Amino acid sequence: MLDFPLWKRGWFWGLTLALTALALPSIFSLSGARWPAALPDPEVNLGLDLAGGSHILLEADPAEVASQRLRNMEESVRSTLRRAEPSVGFGDVSTADGRLSFMVESVADVDRARSLLEPLLNGEGLVREWNLSVVDETRIVLTPTEAGLEAAVNAAMDSSQDVIDRRINALGTREPTIIRQGENRIVVQVPGLQDPQQVKELVGRTAKLEFKLVNENALQTDLAQGIAEPGQQIFPYAADSGFAGQNVAVYRLGGIDGGSLIRAQASRNQDNQDVVVIQFDQQGGNRFAKLTSENVGKQFAIILDGEVISAPVIQDRILSGVSEISGNFTPESAQQLAISLQSGALPVDLTVVEERTVGPDLGAESIRLGLLAMLVGSIAVVTLMIASYGRFGVYATIALVFNVLMILGIMALMNTTLTLPGIAGFVLTIGAAVDANVLINERIREERKRGRRVIAAVENGYREASRAIFDANITNFIAGVLLFMFGTGPIRGFAVVLVIGLFTSVFTAVSLTRMWVAGWLRRARPQDLNI
Amino acid sequence: MKLLKLVPDDTNIKFLRWRVPFYVVSILLIAASWGLVLTKGLNYGVDFAGGLNITATFTESTQAPVGELRETVADLGYGEPIVQRFGEDNQVSIRVPLPDSAEGNPEAAQNIANAIVAELEAGFADFRLDGNENVSGKVSDEFRSDAAFALIAAMLAVALYIWIRFEWQFGVGALFALFHDVSLTLGMFALFQLEFSLQIIAAILAIIGYSLNDTIVVYDRIRENLKKYRKMPTPELLDLSVNETLARTVMTSLTLLIALVPLLLFGPASLFGMVAAITLGIFVGTYSSVYMAAPILIWLGVDSHSFVPGETDADKQEKVARGEV
Repeated sequence: MLDFPLWKRGWFWGLTLALTALALPSIFSLSGARWPAALPDPEVNLGLDLAGGSHILLEADPAEVASQRLRNMEESVRSTLRRAEPSVGFGDVSTADGRLSFMVESVADVDRARSLLEPLLNGEGLVREWNLSVVDETRIVLTPTEAGLEAAVNAAMDSSQDVIDRRINALGTREPTIIRQGENRIVVQVPGLQDPQQVKELVGRTAKLEFKLVNENALQTDLAQGIAEPGQQIFPYAADSGFAGQNVAVYRLGGIDGGSLIRAQASRNQDNQDVVVIQFDQQGGNRFAKLTSENVGKQFAIILDGEVISAPVIQDRILSGVSEISGNFTPESAQQLAISLQSGALPVDLTVVEERTVGPDLGAESIRLGLLAMLVGSIAVVTLMIASYGRFGVYATIALVFNVLMILGIMALMNTTLTLPGIAGFVLTIGAAVDANVLINERIREERKRGRRVIAAVENGYREASRAIFDANITNFIAGVLLFMFGTGPIRGFAVVLVIGLFTSVFTAVSLTRMWVAGWLRRARPQDLNI
Repeated sequence: MKLLKLVPDDTNIKFLRWRVPFYVVSILLIAASWGLVLTKGLNYGVDFAGGLNITATFTESTQAPVGELRETVADLGYGEPIVQRFGEDNQVSIRVPLPDSAEGNPEAAQNIANAIVAELEAGFADFRLDGNENVSGKVSDEFRSDAAFALIAAMLAVALYIWIRFEWQFGVGALFALFHDVSLTLGMFALFQLEFSLQIIAAILAIIGYSLNDTIVVYDRIRENLKKYRKMPTPELLDLSVNETLARTVMTSLTLLIALVPLLLFGPASLFGMVAAITLGIFVGTYSSVYMAAPILIWLGVDSHSFVPGETDADKQEKVARGEV
C-alpha cells in the first residue's frame, strides 16, 4: 500500500507536471502577463459572463425551410415538364398541406411525367427525399419524406453557419465562436465586443437581394389593400427609405436576385451619398445589362429581405455588371449591408431568441474580485489545514494547488470554457479534495488513537477513508454525467468542471499525498506522528 | 508543535435523541418551502421567466437611484420593472417583463431594450451599461424544463447507485436528504424573493454534491459499524457513527465556509447569489446528512442483518441435505 516503485512515482509526477504545464498559459493570461509567443499556448477560454462580450442564440423555423423547399420543387417540376420534348401539359398545381400536387392533362403522359420527375426525388445522399404517387389516374402528388426534410433543415443550418461565419469574420473580431446547437439553432459568441447591436444586425439579416421592375401605374390605394394585378407582387418600403408606409407593385418575372453577386463594397457616389457598389458575375451581368437596356426610363425596385430600400429610375443601360445601391445609408449601415451581401444570403430567416451582453468592465471586475476572494479564501484554508494536520496538512495543501492547476490544464487541453457556473463546480471540487484529505487524516488520527503503529495507522487510514471517498466521487460523477447529458449551457459548464475535477481531486488528494507520505515514512522512519 | 483540534476525541453526543422532533420540524419546513414556492412563487430571472434584464453601474454615485429608475422605466409603459440593487450600492439590475405583443417577437423585444437604455442614458449622466440580457419565452421555458429534468434525473441516478452500493434504505435516505436540501433552498429563495436563475441551479447542484459527500461519509461509517458491532441497537450505532465522523464533518464544513465567506464578502456581484446559495447549502446539507439521512434508516428497518449475505436457496438445500431442518 505504501510501496511506490520507481515507475509508479515517475508516472505520477509525469502526469502531474504535464497537466500543470498545460495550465500555465491560462494562469499567465489571467494574471495579465504575456505568455511567450514561441511556446504553444493551450488556454482556458473565459465565458462571456466572465470576460464580457455578446452571446446570441439564433433560431430557424423548420416550417419555413419546408415551405421554401416546396416552392423550389414546384419550380423544378414546372421547368422539367415544360422543357421535356414534347412538353408535358399539366395544370391545377397546388402546394397545400406541405405537398405538391398537379394534374397531367392526358392520361397517356402520366408515366412519362413520372419518369421525368424521378431524378428529382432523390437527394445527394441517395436518401429518398420525396415520395411520388398517382391518384385518380392523372393527379401526381409529391410528398416530402421525413429524412428529406431533416436533410434540408440540416443543409440550411450548415450553410447559415458558413454565412454567419463569413459575416462575423468580416468584422475583424477576435475569436468569435459560431456553433450549431440542436437541430435548428446557432449560437454566436463574440468576446469583448463593444457594440452587440452591430453583430445582431449582421447575423439577423437574411440579405436576400432582388431587383424587380416596378409597375408605375399601380394605385397606392389598391396596394394598401393588398390588391395586385396578376403576375405582380406587392412589397412595402423599408422604414428608413423615406417612403415608409407606401408600397410598390413589381413584376414577378424578369428580375434578378443577389445570387450572382461576386462583390459588394461600401462606397460614396458623386452626390456624396453612402452607397453599396455591387458587381455581378458574367451571367448575372448579362442579365442585368439586358434588364437595364430594355427598360431605360423605367423604375426598378431594389428589394432587400422583402422590403424596398429604393426604387430608382434606370438612367442608362449598365453593361459593366457593376451597379450601386442607394438608400438612406449611413457609412456604418452601408458597410454592414456590403458585408451581408458579400457573404451571401442566409438560406433561411433566423430570429434572435436569446441575447446576452456583458460589458467588458463588469467582466474584468468579476475576474479581479473573484481571484482576490479566492486568494484570501485559499490562504485561510491552507492555514487551517496546516494548523490541524501539520506535515499532512502541508501535503494536502500542495496536492490542492496541483489539483487546481491540473483542472485548468485539462480544461485548456480540451479547449473548454470557464463560466460562472463553472466556478461553482470549482468550489465543489476543491471541497471534495479538501474533504478527502480531511477524511484520510482524521482516520489516521483515529487509528493512532487505537494504538496502531505509525505505518499501519497510515496504511489503514488511507484504505478505510478511500472507500467513502470512492463512493462519494462516483455518485458525484454519475450526477455530473447526467447533468451534462440533460442540462443546457450553464448547467453543462458546471458539469464539465465537476467531472474533470473529480478525477483530479481523487488523484491529487489520495494518490499524490500517499506517495509523498510514503516517501517521508521511508526516509524518516518516524516513531510517532504529529497529527 | 501542538496541532489544532477542533473536535475533542471521543465525543459522545446523543444526536439522534431528538430525531423525532427534528424530523417533524424538517418536514414542516419542507412543506412550508413548497407552500412558499407555490403561493409566493420564485423570483425567476430572465433565464426562466423570459424578458429583459439590464445591469448598470452609476459610476459617479455612491447609491444607485433605485426609486427614480423605477419611475423612469415604468413611465415608458412596458409594465412594472423590477429594480434591484446588485452587488455594490451603485449597481442595479432592471428587469422588465415583456408585453404579450413582444413575446415571440425578438425584434420588438430588442426595440424595447434599446428604448429603455436610450432613456436611461439620457436621464442619468453617470449611467454605464454593464450588461443586457434578452431571453424569449420559448427559450426560457426550455431552460426551466431542462433544468428541472436534469436535477431530477441526477438525483434519481445517485439514489440508485447508493442503493446498489449500500442497501435500498440508504438510497431512499440519501434521496430524502437531497429532496430536503433542494426544498429548503427553493423555500429560502421564495421567502426572500432572491433572483432565481440558471446560476442558482448550478449552486443547487453544488449543494447536492456537497450534501451527498456528507451523507456518504456518514453512511460509510454506519455500514462499517453495522458489520463491526453486530449487537448494538441501531439508534445507538447511528449516534456512534455520527460522532466518529464529527471531526471530519466540522473540519470540512469549516474549510469550505472559510473559502466561501471571502467570495461572499468581496467577490463580484455576479457571483453573490450563487455563493450565498452554496454557503446556505453547506449548513442545510450537513444537517440533513445527520438528521434526515440517518434516522430514516431506523424507520426503514436497517439493523445488524443488513450487509450480511442472506441465506440463499443453495444454503437451504444444503441444510436440508445435512438434515438440519
